[in-house]
Amino acid sequence: MTGALSKTPLHDLHLERGATMVPFAGWHMPLRFGKSIVQEHRAVRTTAGLFDVSHMGEVDLVGPGALAAAQTLVTNDVAALSDGRALYTVTCRPDGGIVDDCIVYRLGPEQIRVVVNAANIAKDLDHFREHAGSRCEIVDRSESLALIAVQGPQATAHLTTLTGDDTLGSVPSFGLHQTSLAGAAITAARTGYTGEDGFELFVAATDAPAVWRALLDAGLTPIGLGARDTLRLEARLSLYGQDIDETTNPYEAGLGWVVKLDRGPDAPRCVGHPALLRIRTDGVTRRLVGFRVEGRGIVRPDAEVLDDDDAVVGRVTSGGPAPTVGGAIGLAYVPRALAGPDRPLRIRQRGKILGARQHKGPFYRRPH
Amino acid sequence: MSDSIPADLRYTKEHEWARRDGDLIVVGITAHAVEQLGDITMVTISDPGTAITQGQSFGDIDSVKAVSELYAPVDGELVEVNAALEDAPETVNEAPYGDGWLVKLRPRDMAQLDALLDAAAYGKLVAED
Repeated sequence: MTGALSKTPLHDLHLERGATMVPFAGWHMPLRFGKSIVQEHRAVRTTAGLFDVSHMGEVDLVGPGALAAAQTLVTNDVAALSDGRALYTVTCRPDGGIVDDCIVYRLGPEQIRVVVNAANIAKDLDHFREHAGSRCEIVDRSESLALIAVQGPQATAHLTTLTGDDTLGSVPSFGLHQTSLAGAAITAARTGYTGEDGFELFVAATDAPAVWRALLDAGLTPIGLGARDTLRLEARLSLYGQDIDETTNPYEAGLGWVVKLDRGPDAPRCVGHPALLRIRTDGVTRRLVGFRVEGRGIVRPDAEVLDDDDAVVGRVTSGGPAPTVGGAIGLAYVPRALAGPDRPLRIRQRGKILGARQHKGPFYRRPH
Repeated sequence: MSDSIPADLRYTKEHEWARRDGDLIVVGITAHAVEQLGDITMVTISDPGTAITQGQSFGDIDSVKAVSELYAPVDGELVEVNAALEDAPETVNEAPYGDGWLVKLRPRDMAQLDALLDAAAYGKLVAED
C-alpha cells in the first residue's frame, strides 16, 4: 500500500527516527515520533515543536493578472494585502460550497502564493485553471517546495538563534520574512495551525533535510499529525474534509469573516459570489459549533446530534481529548435553532447518549 | 518484541491477554496493542455481572486518535473492572501486563483459556502484523 503514497523530502529522516507512519491524504506521514501524542502536544504548548507539513500544496499565481486571479478565486480581500503579508481564506464553488481553505501570501505585486491542503492539490489546480487560468500563469510548486512549521512559545527564540536574524521577532502575525537557516534560503511566515506563536518555513525541497536536521539539533521536538490534530482542535481551527468540505458553506462553518462580498465596484467578484450573497441574506440553516463533553466520554467524528425527541438533527465533524484544556472537545453541525453559546447538546455515539455543552470560540487561547 | 510477550499468559488475535487467577481469568491488552494505540485516554467497560461471549465486545478503549473494541477471550461473567483505570487510564500504557489489567472474568469453561494462543503463537502473529 505504501508504494502508492507520496513522500515528503523528509520522509527518510522520519523513518530513521523511528516515527510511527500512517497514510494521510495520499501521503505517508508521521502520526507520532515517540510513544505519546499527548507529550508531543504538551511540548508545543510549553516549549516548541517541529512539524513536517511538506505535504501541503503551494500554487503560485504569477503575472500582471495575479491579483485579479486571486480575487476571483478566494472569498477574502487579497487587494487589502501589502507585499509580504498573508491572509486566511476559503475558495468556493459556484454554489457556495467550500473547495478548500488556504492561506494566500502576497510575495510581490505579480506573485501570489496559495497554500492548499494536501488532499486537494489536484482538485484546486483544476478549479484555479478553470476560473482564473486566463488571468495569469498558475504554477504548481508543491513538488519543489518543502514546508516546515516551528510552533510554540519558544519557536521564535529558537529560530532567531539559528538564523542569527534579530528581526524575526518583529515579523507581524501573518507576515513574511526572507532569511536563511543552515545555509539555505527560507521564507518564514508567521502563521501556523496550533494556536501557538511560531513560523512556517518555505524551503526548497533539496534544502529541507539540512534545515530539518539543524532544527532537531537545536533541541526542537518533532511532532506528528496526531498532536497536530489535537492542537488545532483546541485552537478551534477547521480541518478540511472533516469540518468543512464542498457540502458546507463558509457562513455555516463560522468562516463568514473570510468572505468579503463587498470589495468595491472595480474588484472582480469571487467564484460563488451570487450564491454566497443569497446565503448571507437568507441566513444559514445550521451552524458548526464547538462543544465540551460533560462527564466522562470522548466523542468522535460521525457521532449523531439528537434533539429532545431523539431524532438525528446534526453530526459531529471533529472530536477528541483536549490535553491542555482538559476533558474532551469537538465540533458539530447543529440546526440553527439549537445553536448557541453554553446551550446543551445531546450526542449519540455507539448507542450511548452523552451530554455536551456548546462553547463559543477557541477552547484554548495562548497566554500573552 | 518477544521480550514483551510473557510466556505464562494466553492471547487472542485481537491482542488481549488472559491469565488464570484461581477460579477467575484476568484480562488485559498486550504491549503490542498499547504500542499501536499510543496514549490511552479512557477505558469503558460493561458493568460487573454482565454476561460476556467469547469474541464479542465487552467494552472499548479510547486512545488519542481512535476508539477500539475490547473482545472477550472466553465466555463467562464479568466480575470485576479495574477501578483504578477510571482516574488513571495511562496505567494501561505504563504496565499493560501488571497494574493496567482491565477486567476479571468468571469463565463458563476454563478449558477455553487453554485453547487461546500461547506466547509463541502470539509472537508469530505480532511479527506478521
